[in-house]
Amino acid sequence: MKQEVLTEAMEGDRSIVYQRKFEKVNEIINRLGKSRSALIPILQEVQEEYRYLPEEILTYIAMAMGLAPASVFGVATFYAQFSLEPKGKYVIKICDGTACHVRGSDPVKEAIKKRVNLTGNKKTTEDLRYTVETVSCLGACGLAPVVMINDQIYGQMTPEAINVILDQLEKGEAEDE
Amino acid sequence: MNNQAKDRLLQWKEEWSKGFKREKARILVCAGTGCVANGSLDVYQALKKEVEARGEYITVDLLLEEDEKTGVSVVKSGCHGFCEMGPLVRLEPSGVLYIKVKTEDAPEIVEALLTNGKPVERLLYRHPVTGEVYAEEQQIPFYHHQNRTALAHCGVIDPEDIREYIVDEGYQGLMRVLTEMTPEEVCQEILASGLRGRGGGGFPTGRKWEFTRIEKSVKKYVVCNGDEGDPGAFMDRSLMEGDPHKVLEGMAIAGYAIGADEGYIYVRAEYPLAVKRLKVAIESAKQYGLLGQNILGTGFNFEVKIKEGAGAFVCGEETALLASIEGKRGMPSPKPPFPAQSGLWGKPTLINNVETFANVAKIIVKGAAWFKGQGTEKSSGTKTFAITGQVANTGLIEVPMGVTLRQVVFEIGGGLRGGKKFKAVQIGGPSGGCLTEEHLDLKLDYDSLLSAGAMIGSGGLVVMDEDTCMVEVARFFMNFTQNESCGKCVPCREGTKRMLEILQRAVDGEGRPDDVELLQDLAEAVRDGSLCGLGKTAPNPVLTMLKYFKDEYIAHVVDKKCPAGVCSALKGYQIDPDKCKGCSKCARTCPVQAISGEIKKPFTIDQEKCIKCGACVSNCPFKAIKEG
Repeated sequence: MKQEVLTEAMEGDRSIVYQRKFEKVNEIINRLGKSRSALIPILQEVQEEYRYLPEEILTYIAMAMGLAPASVFGVATFYAQFSLEPKGKYVIKICDGTACHVRGSDPVKEAIKKRVNLTGNKKTTEDLRYTVETVSCLGACGLAPVVMINDQIYGQMTPEAINVILDQLEKGEAEDE
Repeated sequence: MNNQAKDRLLQWKEEWSKGFKREKARILVCAGTGCVANGSLDVYQALKKEVEARGEYITVDLLLEEDEKTGVSVVKSGCHGFCEMGPLVRLEPSGVLYIKVKTEDAPEIVEALLTNGKPVERLLYRHPVTGEVYAEEQQIPFYHHQNRTALAHCGVIDPEDIREYIVDEGYQGLMRVLTEMTPEEVCQEILASGLRGRGGGGFPTGRKWEFTRIEKSVKKYVVCNGDEGDPGAFMDRSLMEGDPHKVLEGMAIAGYAIGADEGYIYVRAEYPLAVKRLKVAIESAKQYGLLGQNILGTGFNFEVKIKEGAGAFVCGEETALLASIEGKRGMPSPKPPFPAQSGLWGKPTLINNVETFANVAKIIVKGAAWFKGQGTEKSSGTKTFAITGQVANTGLIEVPMGVTLRQVVFEIGGGLRGGKKFKAVQIGGPSGGCLTEEHLDLKLDYDSLLSAGAMIGSGGLVVMDEDTCMVEVARFFMNFTQNESCGKCVPCREGTKRMLEILQRAVDGEGRPDDVELLQDLAEAVRDGSLCGLGKTAPNPVLTMLKYFKDEYIAHVVDKKCPAGVCSALKGYQIDPDKCKGCSKCARTCPVQAISGEIKKPFTIDQEKCIKCGACVSNCPFKAIKEG
């Protein structure tokens, strides 16, 4: 019953802009199906597309899949992979697994935060360039301490080495532009 | 009909073996996560280009398709395990292992291989203490003491080419069960082998299979737990990346044994390469009729799907993992009912760890007695360990169950880095415990470890030296489990939080003497009262710390000192009056004016004002300021 009301309300509001906004989401849902077990893969692909999970899209997914929005929010907030806030262009994951921890991941983290100007508990820079997170283990313990920037893993990090890598990253970007 | 299936597999094996025999030599470049991070893909390209330039390059396709072709192949392999020394390059058939290879080494490597066959000495492993140089991988102490069974193919075959797996006995186990054994016999064989769950629990695998087999249901599932969340463990990642077909074959055998036609592999979100390799493996297995419908013409159907996790440690717990596959929050549920009775979507489900499945095919091919012949009486077979931390040779190893901790740390691991003193080993991640010097001769098997208050867990071994603070390590683990607690049951949700607070106090220098007792009490309550394995084992690191390093904890809360000098809040700086010349440089450097004194007389630090920044230490020209 509730479901119908929501869907109706949505139908009425379907302007072209609205449709275009959710085009990609629709494509993902249609491809992966509307069964409950497809929810996590759908959220993963949507996040891949938008770099985070915007609130209105979560509500839209819930309606499209016939789930209560609370269930979708419940899942989105349970798993560490999902972010309800926009992430930066470069997501820097500092591994703080046991092996990395005992080999000094903390100084590396501090060096990165200092470099990109992040203080306190803030994870993403104002200009949405960098997101800095700590993760529990990247499974490359043999190379501890490890840092992952987007999909690239860098091993045996030191505060000096990570600065060199970020230099190169910025240099490469400047050249691309 | 059944013989046809057998013939087909054997025919492939024979035909392709001939092709592989024409390969003059093979250059295997490690393409595991560790070596890729160190640039092994560039090394691969450089070696390939070099061999091509000499007109010797050949691909496996050419070897298998054209009868006369011969040459040298360059192949990307799975993880060799010796991650510390990457990028690794291994030569076949000589078995030579080159370490820390760079792109510019490619010409020399190829030249040596094609001309005199003598290895390039500067790229060989040299023992850091004895200085001895080892040419062949098998002779290096790191490998010499190992017995690689589950990991046998890792670093030896191309994980993306099913033909290499088939040539080396691949899918023979599946064929054998489909053509010669009843499901009941398969369960009996696995039970007789003594194989126990490699994910940490150590439950007899055969018994789990039998429980699921006897359930009456049209639909059943096989689930492979690849949610390797223990920080410091990466054997499942290496197996999925380096030998994906072995895992798939194990799952298919299990499917036949319990009567399931569908399987799921749940892989951690952090392992994109494992997902990619598994996808390739599933596709090619289907192409060759080794997965999917009517496998090898026997009428047995088995489909495998990949589910990517989304980052929740608790999903390693089986009921939570099943909830996650169903698209829900990954929260555990009380047992019974066990997944064997009511698992995925309420159907009987068999759930085993990656490494457990990786052992299955070989048990079927070589027999239960062969497997039972390795390891100890109650813990048979071999076990992989990820050895990391302050040890000289980090990496992934596989040894028979029951070898001692000393052998692993000192013989295979090469002892401590930088000649430091051994302090402890953390085994089994956040669910395990620490072991000390007195345990060095303890046998590594399920039961011996339990008796010492630790557990084998998934097999992560983090070595710690004298500079590690055990209280800080306990706090670190508690922080981890507290973060990962799903919040469903009170003992775990609240208990871990309070334990973390107490430990945080200790490292911040605000510990209270009666915390010792409180921490002990809480730890026991959380252990006894929690719903799932996460909570039940979360206090282990703390309990072992209190058992073996109580002095260190007392030093933190009573004397307000950190014996290892790690906890910055407990650090203090002292000026040595004998060395101090009274130059006043420290007093001028101090940002909080905590240092005072008369010129040309020893200065002193006001501990109340001192913020322990250490600025004075680096500025003292006479090295008169010491931590302590």
